[in-house]
Amino acid sequence: MSAVLHPHGHGADHGHDDHHGAPHGWRRWVYATNHKDIGTLYLLFAFTMLIIGGILALGIRAELFQPGLQFVNPELFNQLTTMHGLIMVFGAIMPAFVGFANWMIPLQIGAADMAFARMNNFSFWLMIPAALLLAGSFFMPGGAPAGGWTLYAPLSLQMGPSMDAAIFALHILGASSIMGSINIIVTILNMRAPGMTLMKMPMFVWTWLITAYLLIAVMPVLAGAITMTLTDRHFGTTFFNPAAGGDPVMFQHIFWFFGHPEVYIMILPAFGIVSQIIPAFSRKKLFGYASMVYATSSIAILSFIVWAHHMYTTGMPVTGQLFFMYATMLISIPTGVKVFNWIATMWRGSMTFETPMLFAVGFIFVFTMGGFTGLILAMAPIDLQLQDGYYVVAHFHYVLVAGSLFTMFAAFYYWSPKWTGVMYNETRGKIHFWWTLISFNVTFFPMHFLGLAGMPRRYADYPMQFADFNALASVGAFTFGIAQVYFFFFVVLPTMRGKGEPAPQRPWEAAEGLEWEVPSPAPFHTFETPPKLNRDATRIVA
Amino acid sequence: MMNNIYRKFEKACIALFALGSTLAWAVNDLPGGPAVHQLNLHPPVTKIAEEQVWLHWFMLIICTVIFVSVFGVMFYSIWKHRKSVGHKAATFHESLKVEIAWTVVPFVIVILMALPATKAVVASKDTSNADLTIKATGYQWKWGYDYIKGEGEGIGFISTLDNAQREMSNSGKPEPTDDYLLKVDNPLVVPVNQKVRIITTSNDVIHSFAVNSFGIKQDAIPGFVRDTWFRAEKTGDFHGQCQELCGKEHAYMPIHVKVVSAEEYTAWVADQNKKIAAKQEDPNKVWTMADLMQKGEKVYTANCQACHQANGKGMGAIKPLDGAAVVLNADHVKQIKVLLNGQNNQTMPAWKQLSDSEIAAVISFTKNNWSNKTGQMVQPAEVHAARQ
Repeated sequence: MSAVLHPHGHGADHGHDDHHGAPHGWRRWVYATNHKDIGTLYLLFAFTMLIIGGILALGIRAELFQPGLQFVNPELFNQLTTMHGLIMVFGAIMPAFVGFANWMIPLQIGAADMAFARMNNFSFWLMIPAALLLAGSFFMPGGAPAGGWTLYAPLSLQMGPSMDAAIFALHILGASSIMGSINIIVTILNMRAPGMTLMKMPMFVWTWLITAYLLIAVMPVLAGAITMTLTDRHFGTTFFNPAAGGDPVMFQHIFWFFGHPEVYIMILPAFGIVSQIIPAFSRKKLFGYASMVYATSSIAILSFIVWAHHMYTTGMPVTGQLFFMYATMLISIPTGVKVFNWIATMWRGSMTFETPMLFAVGFIFVFTMGGFTGLILAMAPIDLQLQDGYYVVAHFHYVLVAGSLFTMFAAFYYWSPKWTGVMYNETRGKIHFWWTLISFNVTFFPMHFLGLAGMPRRYADYPMQFADFNALASVGAFTFGIAQVYFFFFVVLPTMRGKGEPAPQRPWEAAEGLEWEVPSPAPFHTFETPPKLNRDATRIVA
Repeated sequence: MMNNIYRKFEKACIALFALGSTLAWAVNDLPGGPAVHQLNLHPPVTKIAEEQVWLHWFMLIICTVIFVSVFGVMFYSIWKHRKSVGHKAATFHESLKVEIAWTVVPFVIVILMALPATKAVVASKDTSNADLTIKATGYQWKWGYDYIKGEGEGIGFISTLDNAQREMSNSGKPEPTDDYLLKVDNPLVVPVNQKVRIITTSNDVIHSFAVNSFGIKQDAIPGFVRDTWFRAEKTGDFHGQCQELCGKEHAYMPIHVKVVSAEEYTAWVADQNKKIAAKQEDPNKVWTMADLMQKGEKVYTANCQACHQANGKGMGAIKPLDGAAVVLNADHVKQIKVLLNGQNNQTMPAWKQLSDSEIAAVISFTKNNWSNKTGQMVQPAEVHAARQ
């Protein structure tokens, strides 16, 4: 039995992994303890949430297409922006990376499965009630929470019962993430095949190891902030109510102490993916492996001391603004090192541009743009003009969509032959790439101008001088959305159904990693005994 | 097949472009506000804003130069180092020298960027020795300005978005208007070339006071007092908007600062003081039902309608007034208290800044409008007593 949903007569999968009594039907999925199945569950869940979050975004862009309120009232508009943020961050990006981790980490380290297979199942299934609470919040009295995904107090105290539902959902998601991170750390530290020292691990494994530590450090902090919000709302506490001695700004400190490492949680695994794809398609080893590990670690450590760059306008003293400005500017250095290392990997390689490489190179280009706008925003005086405006919206969509999401597409194209046993359609992949890249830029590039011109965020209606760039962004957004529907129906679904050229064990001639040592599709159970590895820990020796 | 795709793409682009040009909204640039197709920051009117504009160009140019060089190298590599042109892969994969170089050089660049930025941060935080101090209070959803020190001390008023523009927004088909969503009834008036210190706070949730032409932005936080300052070097009208999500009307509480010459400012102060004197009302005056209803309707339209709706039926979390128990109640104090203090964690905000007669009139209006026919009248004296 393989991990393909509808296998088409591949004889090979009844070779080594003939196992009887394995679950079939709904039990296979509900009781799943296999890292490949759980990975698939996470990825399908995340894609569903991506579509739901995307529909909310299209609601936003439809309303903002023209000045005036055509479709929604401002209250519902704020609900759309809030839930778009919460669903994309907690429902799409984070679970998708966990899905990739589940699928690939055991394969890449030569382990049979994750350390805690049943806890893994629990981590996934917790997400379903949480997602139902989040998506269902629109139907509660008063509608979904409308205070922005950042849930600032005291506005959060004015929201209806959906805020409590969202808090509950976030607690559940946090628990899921924390358990998942423990699983990942224990697996990586304990279950690597003999000979795979830490400094021989694939970069994706390294970046997830570091990300997992970040998650364990900061998810409890978010839990603290939202619990204090809950008790302020219902149990008579006044953490954030100034009339009783509370401090609304304290919420922001606690939230962003979580929030800033959170955005690095959402990008570090992306860096790991790119660090594997670029060498594979450049036919050249990753340049400066050790330096990449140190750069990632520096970014992770620095991410803890920059949070108040989200708060430059709250009124902190000069020293505070200066400190956070300097610390934030410092993060650009290890990030730059990574970009240089990727380009040095490409330099004098022998490149081909199949779809995974297109997305990886596209990522480097567009993510770096987002990185530069981040550096500009880091400058406190400039931030006074741009805080809470569309320049910020442009910045974070460049790093999250053109950053995280593009690498997820790259990873799908790269690894799907291993998962499904068939090659995706290369022409369609290229169409998806160019369609996505162009529509993404049409949507978000004009937002830089809107931000410089002073258009604030979370506005349901705006001065008419902003109309044309808003219209352009809206057209881009719809085009972008359709591209992803195309992706699902014309690229992903056929591979899941087994339609396509049978994939060889090693579809990418220069890809390194133990995942390429197992057949395509990967059998249900792999590395049931630890493999003997070569010196580089990249190949199995007899 | 690629040709086919290209042709389709081309057609789509043309169609989009045509669509785009028909959408161009026929408005003009707003001086002191946004310009049509504005690409850069607002033209600066203060030294701080000038610094910010300079700093932004400085950063943009450096980042663009780095971007173009780095990606120039990358695209060169993509072109030359392809398998399809026969390039064979080299085998190098590390170099300590190179790593140190491209760590140290960016570090130096970052330090050079931080120096002018530091200067600007320190300058923008120095609010000492102001000529005029004004408190800006954020409300859901308007701004209150109180002149608390300097010429004009004692003047205070509320600045609300023009009601007709708010209605235009609801209509879904607003007419082309140059100051759409930026027009207020009472702009903040300040003299040119004087250091104005703005103290910000809030009555309910966090708002943010910002005027881009001045280069200022300061959150208005309930229970806290923050400040910022500006010295406008040009006269004119300058616009900003609330910059922190504060609820459903967040997009509808603009800031309009009118910078005038010293003489015009003095004249305006005198005029305001006259108006304040005129508004001092006789607290014991007994109003007629007709007068209460007339004034009450005006107050309702300006302040209550946005949430409670013209038909008094509210929406979602906003309670209806038509048929509401607290409105029909013969005990006037209950409804007066709701208006003075707010309710439900300020979901219904407090309105104590309205005058006794305004509150009395609007309460009387709700008690005798729609299907409510209580015949009750509330007098300003009752409101005055309830404030104690």
